Amino acid sequence: MNLLQKFNQAQVDKLTANTTIPEFSPGDTVKVNVKVIEGTRERVQAYEGVCIARKNAGLNSSFTVRKISYGEGVERVFPLYSPRIDSIELVRKGEVRRAKLYYLRELRGKSARIVERTTGRGMKRDAS
Amino acid sequence: MRSGLIAQKVGMTRVFTDEGEHVPVTVLKIDNCQVVALRTEETDGYTAVQLGVGTAKVKNVTKPMRGHYAKAKVEPKRKLAEFRVSPEALLEVGAELTAAHFVAGQFVDVTGTSIGKGFAGGMKRWNFGGLRATHGVSVSHRSLGSTGNRQDPGKTFKNKKMAGHLGAERVTTLNLKVVQVDSDQGLIVLKGAVPGAEGGYVLIRDAVKRKAPADLPFPAGLRAAGSATVSQETAP
Repeated sequence: MNLLQKFNQAQVDKLTANTTIPEFSPGDTVKVNVKVIEGTRERVQAYEGVCIARKNAGLNSSFTVRKISYGEGVERVFPLYSPRIDSIELVRKGEVRRAKLYYLRELRGKSARIVERTTGRGMKRDAS
Repeated sequence: MRSGLIAQKVGMTRVFTDEGEHVPVTVLKIDNCQVVALRTEETDGYTAVQLGVGTAKVKNVTKPMRGHYAKAKVEPKRKLAEFRVSPEALLEVGAELTAAHFVAGQFVDVTGTSIGKGFAGGMKRWNFGGLRATHGVSVSHRSLGSTGNRQDPGKTFKNKKMAGHLGAERVTTLNLKVVQVDSDQGLIVLKGAVPGAEGGYVLIRDAVKRKAPADLPFPAGLRAAGSATVSQETAP
């Protein structure tokens, strides 16, 4: 590891010391609890939707969550290690064949559904 | 006026503050920064310290420079630079400066050699607009346009902005905030960008146009005999 990677890794270790990030991948439905500041008060707001992309780049890792809010498609990109994220919950795993689900942007309603994944990676461990 | 430091640019990254803000930062490394020579009023007519940083192989150092390093009793250095200081801030030859010379929260000026762009046209070098994409323009979409008037004055004025060599010049960026100082690893983390390529050497000085904090180490942040190091951090 070079110096910059070490510097970044130290930060990742520090930021993940008190939280655990669940294993999730594109296609999964996740609930992101975001800390929001209203005036002087801080509260946690949930943002639930389908993870349509993940970027794995150490400290700069991020993920995109898409949902339909009042008939309008909304996408939010969260830095994976942001301290503004209170926690991430995995709601449902999805069966998809792509790493980036940008095709969902053109789809609405029935065709935008993702089938639940019940087998495959990470499943056996849950059963045992 | 205190001395500055010579540092090597490691690269850029980001830092998350406790409030959750993300700050773009440049990481600089101070590696073995020692005083190699002094300039004094009696001998040179001005006061300054000559610092050296890094390590050079002895076989790559010329004989006169070997003598220069031998006089100071320091290992040969990769990079030398002079910093003007006030007479009371003069240091001892051979003293080692650490990253703790600067404190988190203060502002610094950073001087480096910008990345060379070669021979660049007017659009890249001076942000000219170029010519139109259509309406009869042929071949010269990125040209300068006019460079002057007609028979009167009958010449192109000097200093007219034209195509030419861009970059690879000395650039100073003012008022960069120090986000973190880690003297164990010899790292200084500054908010924002610093001139030059990664791996290049830059000069860091206290900001000229900002008031320095009162708790700056004076005359310099020197490595103590017991080599006690300090680590500090503040929100930018």
